[in-house]
Amino acid sequence: MAQDAALTSSGEVALPAGLKGVAGDWSADKQTFIVPWGKAMMWIFLLSDTFIFSCFLLSYMKVRISTPVPWPNPSEVFALSFGGDPIPLILIAIMTFVLITSSGTMAMAVNFGYRRDRAKTALLMLATALLGATFVGMQAFEWTKLIVDEGVRPWANPMGAPQFGSSFFMITGFHGLHVSAGVIYLLVVAWRVWSGFYDRKGTYETVEVAGLYWHFVDLVWVFIFAFFYLW
Amino acid sequence: MSTAEGQQHPISIYLWIWGLLFVFSAFSYAVDYFQLQGYLRWSLILLFMFLKAGFIVAIFMHMAWERLALITAILGPPVVLLVFIGLMVSEGEYTEGNRLEVFAQQIFVPAEHGATNH
Repeated sequence: MAQDAALTSSGEVALPAGLKGVAGDWSADKQTFIVPWGKAMMWIFLLSDTFIFSCFLLSYMKVRISTPVPWPNPSEVFALSFGGDPIPLILIAIMTFVLITSSGTMAMAVNFGYRRDRAKTALLMLATALLGATFVGMQAFEWTKLIVDEGVRPWANPMGAPQFGSSFFMITGFHGLHVSAGVIYLLVVAWRVWSGFYDRKGTYETVEVAGLYWHFVDLVWVFIFAFFYLW
Repeated sequence: MSTAEGQQHPISIYLWIWGLLFVFSAFSYAVDYFQLQGYLRWSLILLFMFLKAGFIVAIFMHMAWERLALITAILGPPVVLLVFIGLMVSEGEYTEGNRLEVFAQQIFVPAEHGATNH
């Protein structure tokens, strides 16, 4: 690759871009992914998590296709009324906006982390964790309403196909678990930002790695929202 | 654009994407609120879903600025899920067909049997 490599102004070897770069990164006698190892490992973990969530969504698709019993209408099941007529899916819409807001605050936290702004990074991560906790709280409310008021069980429900309950509890439960774990993860990293741990370490890349996990949780919700609640 | 200092990008790009995600979410909620049905509903749901997912991965998760080796290693494997989806759709339709055929007979045969006895 010697003839392809040019020197940058700082004297480092500039790596080729595009497909030539892919071939070079994989075949050269060096580290393949030129990112901090924590980031590469987080991406590989997220890839495996993608397959887990895909299996859940696919099993949901399969039982929904194969049941001859009508599927409950999510638009009505998840409607909520504030005194007046029930508004379709309103709680889910609010949960979606809460999660997107948290994704935005997380992106800003990563940005301020690389600017070495300790206070802003920690506060934005704290805000992200609080929004995540709000999301889990709303989910707990939703589960309670479905179990206690509507009588939905993993094996049966009064609205239609019994597989509705098992798919719902499995998919949203596993996602809620991810959000809860993420809140704890973010609080730990936020505390370390606040205490100056990453200033002493000399890098804020852990904030970006935590951010990757949090954005992934938001990403999964995009698919759950589309396939489970809207479809 | 990856440097030793990591992913450094102007704040404005994050604010833009943040705003766009809100708009797309509002649109996908509107699909349900106005009760659009059929292929229009499904194609709009998928459109807004992929737009949101794309912006989150590309900008918020910085995939747009990573080297192609990492992009292909992470985004390539999930493509095989398309095969899985195809298998499960055909399997699901087969199961539904069997259920309609077998369960329908179980339910309706005794009634016909009773009717012929009279």
